[in-house]
Amino acid sequence: MSHGSVVGAVFNLDHPAHVVEWHFIQLSVANLVVIGLMFVVFAAAILLPFPGAAGRRGEDS
Amino acid sequence: MSVAPNRPASWTGRVRETVVEALPPEKLLPDGQPTYVASWIYVFGVASIASLIVIVGSGTILSLKGPAWWHDTGVGHFFNSIHLWAVELFFFAMVVHLWGKYWMAAWRGGRVRVWITGAVTFLVAIPTALTGYVSQQNFDAQWIATQAKDGLNSVGVGAFFNVTNFGQMYSFHVLLLPMAVIGLVSAHVLLVRRHGVVPPFDLETRLAQLGAAEPGSSGASNDAPGERP
Repeated sequence: MSHGSVVGAVFNLDHPAHVVEWHFIQLSVANLVVIGLMFVVFAAAILLPFPGAAGRRGEDS
Repeated sequence: MSVAPNRPASWTGRVRETVVEALPPEKLLPDGQPTYVASWIYVFGVASIASLIVIVGSGTILSLKGPAWWHDTGVGHFFNSIHLWAVELFFFAMVVHLWGKYWMAAWRGGRVRVWITGAVTFLVAIPTALTGYVSQQNFDAQWIATQAKDGLNSVGVGAFFNVTNFGQMYSFHVLLLPMAVIGLVSAHVLLVRRHGVVPPFDLETRLAQLGAAEPGSSGASNDAPGERP
């Protein structure tokens, strides 16, 4: 392994992907993590107040 | 369809009037938006467009320099990674925006075409990205292409999309499908400008309507303010 790739890789990627299997469904752990992150970010986008939104609504009323 | 007496005689004049009627300048480039547009869901819509701009920009540089550059040089690797991660962000942001708009029922109030163009953009973006995987010019691309070949043949479209044909896949990836995505995104944004952002569900009006169903109550409209029936 070259010096550059040691510095560049935060995680050791020099192995086959970890895979989760359920019947015919086969997903890599990396893809599952991304899907999970999408759910987390979606929930945050719905629940977190948008900066300045409350002030704007107050001005309108 | 009859032509109004004041309509211009030339087709260019008629096209101009039609375009300006559909999208007058104050709608095309508005000064402000309703308060309910202050939501993170729209940030993800804009993030999708920003990612698309980075994808097209980095992809243009990659296509100018070629496979030897993006595989064998440090700067080439950098732009290759920019292109890949911009695609990841594009899909990530687009999916969050799509989920949000689905649960808002964004097709309400005559906005079906806004919804359709957004959803179809997502569907067309998938083969756009997959043709990129088989255009890498490395063993990864060969592996993906031979796996995808069996999948496409199994559903009977292998005669139209030969994923082992690099020239065909590269043309799809750098011209045909990106043009479709850019066209759909442009139509989506212009339709949002024309119809406006969908208002939230008017819960108070709905509650009043439910109350109207009971004897002695007064009725109310079912539609949110500013919506077309």
